[in-house]
Amino acid sequence: MFNSLSDRLQDTFEKLRGKGRLTEDDINLAMREIRMALLEADVNYRVVKEFVARCKEKCLTADVLSSLSPAQNVVKVVLDELTTLLGSTDSKLTLAQNRTPNVIMLVGLQGSGKTTAAAKLAYLLKKQGRNPLLAACDTHRPAAADQLATLGGEIGVPVFRGDGKDAVDVASGSIREAVDRLCDVVIVDTAGRLQIDEEMMQEAVAIKQAVRPDQILMVVDAMTGQDIVNVVTEFANRVDFDGVIMSKLDGDARGGGALSVREVTGKPIKFVSMGEKPDSLEVFHPDRMAKRILGMGDVVGIIEQAQKVADEQQVADAERMLREGFTMDDLLAQMQQIRKMGGLRKIMGMIPGMERAMAQMPDAADDSQLVRIEAMIHSMTREERMRPKVINGQRRRRIAQGSGRTVQEVNQLIKQWDEMNKMMSRMKGMMQPGGGKKGRRAMQQMMRNMGGGNFPF
Amino acid sequence: MHKMGFLDNLKAGLRRSREAINEIFYMGGEVDESFWEELEDTLVMGDMGAEVALRVSDDLRDQAARENLTRAPQIRSALAERLAAEFPVAERDPFTDVPSCVLFVGINGAGKTTTVGKLAGRARETGVSCVIGGADTFRAAAIEQLEVWGQRAGVDVVTRERGADPASVCYEVLEEAERRGSQLVLIDTAGRLHTSSDLMRELAKVVNVTRKRSKMPVSVVLVIDATTGQNGLNQAHEFNDALDLDGLIVTKLDGTAKGGIALAISSQLGLPIYRIGVGETIDDLQTFDAREFCRALVGEGM
Repeated sequence: MFNSLSDRLQDTFEKLRGKGRLTEDDINLAMREIRMALLEADVNYRVVKEFVARCKEKCLTADVLSSLSPAQNVVKVVLDELTTLLGSTDSKLTLAQNRTPNVIMLVGLQGSGKTTAAAKLAYLLKKQGRNPLLAACDTHRPAAADQLATLGGEIGVPVFRGDGKDAVDVASGSIREAVDRLCDVVIVDTAGRLQIDEEMMQEAVAIKQAVRPDQILMVVDAMTGQDIVNVVTEFANRVDFDGVIMSKLDGDARGGGALSVREVTGKPIKFVSMGEKPDSLEVFHPDRMAKRILGMGDVVGIIEQAQKVADEQQVADAERMLREGFTMDDLLAQMQQIRKMGGLRKIMGMIPGMERAMAQMPDAADDSQLVRIEAMIHSMTREERMRPKVINGQRRRRIAQGSGRTVQEVNQLIKQWDEMNKMMSRMKGMMQPGGGKKGRRAMQQMMRNMGGGNFPF
Repeated sequence: MHKMGFLDNLKAGLRRSREAINEIFYMGGEVDESFWEELEDTLVMGDMGAEVALRVSDDLRDQAARENLTRAPQIRSALAERLAAEFPVAERDPFTDVPSCVLFVGINGAGKTTTVGKLAGRARETGVSCVIGGADTFRAAAIEQLEVWGQRAGVDVVTRERGADPASVCYEVLEEAERRGSQLVLIDTAGRLHTSSDLMRELAKVVNVTRKRSKMPVSVVLVIDATTGQNGLNQAHEFNDALDLDGLIVTKLDGTAKGGIALAISSQLGLPIYRIGVGETIDDLQTFDAREFCRALVGEGM
């Protein structure tokens, strides 16, 4: 298999790291690797060429920071360029203040994820206190309106289907419907179309003229290859969209297309779509994406995710752990939390350098380990879970049999618990158990320790 | 007649890549260093992947030196042959060599349901008794979409309510097909990302159940969107590891995408391409001819 972009760049930078000075040849070598890596990440060829040329120029002329090593300077230059290329700031949805209803229109190729994105966007707006209406203007694909109606039903957002014949009529009808229903924002889902399909492109323009959207968002599949440039250029020329939703970023695509879109059309990426659930639409952060591509890890992302899962109960648990020590039940809870956050592999992938380490030992982040440990803990009695110290040889054998593991594995688990308990006592010394805020911070600290590889398995 | 239509469609679809390649071929009679560099780049631009592109152009360069090919048109012809050689040949066409049961798998939005609909229509036209199985019980309105296709094609759809276990749907589909004596069974599955291990396990179960239960030969076909970039290789590897694929169908080749990823997957995994989709209608889903595809790609015999 080919390496991921961050692997490749890290290889290159490791070669540079040992050097005190970089010659032009060194920089050329690094740039060649960067070029290959970006190509493999599906960044468009022309974009790569310009990007690499700019980076090289900067590296050679550089306003170099003397506080950094030469290799670090190259990293900084590439990172800065990448961030600039992706857009320097977070882009939000801009809707006219004095217009009711606001209209958002979605366009894109077949199968890029428009209908799903429409429902996710409606869910997001609803959570922000808006009252959205979904308009099913995909009159071409069989049962597209049914799909939207089902999704709308699931998130409690009304769906306007009209007569389901003419997309432009449905679109205009949806605006009247929104006024009647007192909806303040209409999300128009349209049929998928190829950018070279003249008839369909005209339909998109006709819908645009009929509803005069505040925002047109183009939905782009993160896995799209080199052709993305032709697609977005044509859509930009014909319907002139305002921003992009990158879909299917929960896969392992590096999303190099994001770079191409931004560079070629200048349109910002506004949202990334990360899964099948309605709440999986996230605001796009160019800096994080750039860092992630460069293998510098998405540490902010981990903390945010930890915050999302750490509810009040768990904060209280964290305080109790600090007071009374760490039980097997706590270990179990943490294990389940890791699974909730998407598994070890996902969390570790966000940590700087971890992705490479993981590639070298593929079993290290194997989630089946978690399942085994869970099984062993489930085979313990209540007392054993609360006070693991009581687990003697006989009990170990029983637990091993009950969970279908070996006694050695049970021993290992107990040893791990012991180490975690020690870590917890050290933390107790560092901070006073107190208010909820402090507990939360302790929790976060723990999450970070866990993710940072200190978690002893 | 429609053979022509297909070729025209394919040629039109591949126009851009051809133009790009033509550009380098017309740069002059003799080829030089920059010719080879640009050839490499053009292949990369076609989503063929840096690895395959380099290998192909290196091989071609050796061949040119060996056979003393100095003029661009000669190399063009050699290139078409060279690319065509990268595709493995299908031993059996699961859609015409009946009885046959085919499972369609792939990521979300690749075009599985549409492909099933078109193939069912074609089977009906040629008088093969066919039944469609709707094992996508996850996506909203997937069953309704399939039913519309079933009505259009005049083929019955066997399915269950949304949320039903897809493996048991397959079991029922096969039972029903046997009861009716159907020759061709086409089963649509829910789209899923190859990175989602739970869903991949579910799919492996679906495939296992189908392979065990079916008395006719079962083929598992990966449907892949021609616009997909290098991630397509990851997809194909994961699906192949989990399901042991039999072949590929490449959809949406009527756009400007060159579908080079199809070549990369087909050659790396040794999977034949059974069909390619070059347009909206039933007739636009065509049998794949590697040589024709590659000739159209490099602009030979236009």
